[in-house]
Amino acid sequence: MKYVDEFRDPHKAKTLEKEIRALVSRIERAKQRPLQIMEVCGGHTHTIFRYGIQQMLPDTVEFVHGPGCPVCVLPMGRVDDCVALAERPEVIFTTFGDAMRVPGSKKSLLKAKADGADVRMVYSPLDALKIAQQNPDREVIFFGLGFETTMPSTAMTVLQAHAQKIHNFSLFCNHITIIPTIKAILDSPDLHLDGFLGPGHVSMVIGTRPYDFIARHYRKPITVAGFEPLDILQSMWMVLRQIETGRCEVENQYGRIVTEDGNAQALSAVMRVFETREFFEWRGLGSIDHSGVRVRETFAAFDAERKFDVPNLKIADPKACQCGEVLKGVIKPHQCKVFGTACTPESPLGSLMVSSEGACAAYYNYGRIDTSRIDERRVARQSVKSADATAPACLGASGVAVMPDVPALIDDAAYASTTRGHS
Amino acid sequence: MNDRVPDPQQPMAPRRVAHIRDASVNLAHGGGGRAMRDLIEDVFVSTFDNPTLAALEDQAVFALAELATHGDRLAFTTDSYVVDPLFFPGGDIGTLAVSGTVNDLAVCGATPLYLSCAVVIEEGLAVDILRRVAASMQRVALEAGVAIVTGDTKVVERGCADKLFINTAGIGVVRRDVSISARNARPGDVVIVNGYLGDHGAAILVARQQLALEADVESDCCPLNGLIAVMLDACPQIHCLRDATRGGVATVLNEFAQSSNVTIRLREADLPLREEVKGACEILGLDPLYLANEGKLVAVVPADAAGQVLAAMRAHPAGREAAAIGTVEVGEVGAGGLVVMQTVFGGQRIVDMLVGEQLPRIC
Repeated sequence: MKYVDEFRDPHKAKTLEKEIRALVSRIERAKQRPLQIMEVCGGHTHTIFRYGIQQMLPDTVEFVHGPGCPVCVLPMGRVDDCVALAERPEVIFTTFGDAMRVPGSKKSLLKAKADGADVRMVYSPLDALKIAQQNPDREVIFFGLGFETTMPSTAMTVLQAHAQKIHNFSLFCNHITIIPTIKAILDSPDLHLDGFLGPGHVSMVIGTRPYDFIARHYRKPITVAGFEPLDILQSMWMVLRQIETGRCEVENQYGRIVTEDGNAQALSAVMRVFETREFFEWRGLGSIDHSGVRVRETFAAFDAERKFDVPNLKIADPKACQCGEVLKGVIKPHQCKVFGTACTPESPLGSLMVSSEGACAAYYNYGRIDTSRIDERRVARQSVKSADATAPACLGASGVAVMPDVPALIDDAAYASTTRGHS
Repeated sequence: MNDRVPDPQQPMAPRRVAHIRDASVNLAHGGGGRAMRDLIEDVFVSTFDNPTLAALEDQAVFALAELATHGDRLAFTTDSYVVDPLFFPGGDIGTLAVSGTVNDLAVCGATPLYLSCAVVIEEGLAVDILRRVAASMQRVALEAGVAIVTGDTKVVERGCADKLFINTAGIGVVRRDVSISARNARPGDVVIVNGYLGDHGAAILVARQQLALEADVESDCCPLNGLIAVMLDACPQIHCLRDATRGGVATVLNEFAQSSNVTIRLREADLPLREEVKGACEILGLDPLYLANEGKLVAVVPADAAGQVLAAMRAHPAGREAAAIGTVEVGEVGAGGLVVMQTVFGGQRIVDMLVGEQLPRIC
């Protein structure tokens, strides 16, 4: 396939692999412990596993799979809200496919559909709007979720519904923002990351500038990366090169898509429709300040949370779940005590096991090749068991402090300054 | 292959030529009375055109001696067909209903002979649609050398079924020298497919028009018994054989690996995939290995016969793009049957069973 296969060239991969090995051997820090590079985005996690990239790297470099899979960080309470909305007789509940299987405290949307709720899978929020036009006597709710990548299309849909006065359409907004999330991870005391692969498609929207604080304040190198396997290898090489030369910068490997300032039109649509929530509950990570957005008052008529009575209950993550530790890279998926036993893709406890971008599902589906890893898993499980008496099973709603001096991404003033300042 | 159409020794029943006047099917057509008989005779009996069905008995009866000329064991299968839309590029529910059941018989080494056809019709369905579907069924039946010899018609109220459901059951006779089973894969064996993967799944996705996707992909729906016959002529000791329908090639390979307790190693570079299908999968975040096929089989053959089998397949219209895509290896201890793929990129990954349907990714 033209313009795709070029980014999967095995010969170039071999060259990069060699370069990376040479580079790592010159990094002193890697001799004490493996370097930990977090890929923030679930799309990257998917690529890493699909192409077996971890196995191509030396043991002294590890990927830490970050929280960038929007399906995976959805708390149970929000899924319960979805089910409650979907089960209203007048409602057609529309959702992206991979949110269907995420477990709520009682059931998933897939189960709700089987029980009679009118749940429909769509590929775009505009499809949901079309369904609303075709069914004027029904209430059509779109389950909006995702980071800044999917936010603009949802915003545009709300703007269209508003312009065309389609009043039987509303949005159940669960969009989240990346910057406060990365901050929360950086502030987490139990984490020792050496650098980041920055999200590619989020950056297509927001640009690379909002990441400056990572380099400047936290002194961590970050390279915004594309999603093809060569992109990942090259970005890894770039981050390692920063570490070797002692630099902490925001670099952009995904220049064919991502600019410094992002997409002004997309940002302006997002700005018109959404405003920052004070906090948003994340699965495994607890509440993170300013990490979610909601529909602005102007578009209240299109906000399912205002239009319907949403239970909005806070449901604690299952006790046995270690999603939080996995999301923050404190443990590897296979080190979770329920991985592959109580939690499998067939019956997921945590949503990391659901989406193909979830670290656990990726590990489960693509990663069980090496039997030594399976052994490692057993040992890890035993050691977790013995430590269980003291360690909290799940971070739950412990909350992670957010530094007040860095504005949340969606904060109006911050946007204005980044977009206006450089246009 | 028409010479294999069975010719049961039954006298032609005298019958009046019935015609259905209604443009669409209503509940009366399922009521058991004259309306139903008119529908059956006009649409099905006249199209399927064979004396056994035309006798309009409650069952088809065959002579055992005739069956025994084809082999020594009876194969019996059934499958129900529900597809939306009913007509899609490369086929329709009728072509599916005959090919699917013919293929289920053929993959055990059976010569398919007789099929049944039971339809559940949603009231309001245009009779013309039913005619087109019946004509497709007969066309494929002739191609496959089988006869549709018995059937059933039900009409349900609007909303109780989606337009048209078809069930076909089939009887075939297994060749004497053949022993095919998912348990027979042995280390060293070669894994072969008969052509491009995922065409049917991609064609259906595009035909549903829920996506703003246009691609020139046709369903690969076709009967495979002719191809399988030449494969078995080339190598009667084929170890495993299955048609890769729902769940795709990945699912079949996992079934083989688990039943035989072996590891199957695929080479991504050798998978026959159309550019259009690859593109659609890239965009939707789907894996072509899990897409449905309706005219593709997966065979596991002894290494020394692989060349002959491939040559025989490529000489047959249903196997022109046949390819060896992997090999069977000793199973890893404790792994319990794995399918591993050597990626084009140089890494490797597990190709696992799907849990449910493939769900497109968010972004």
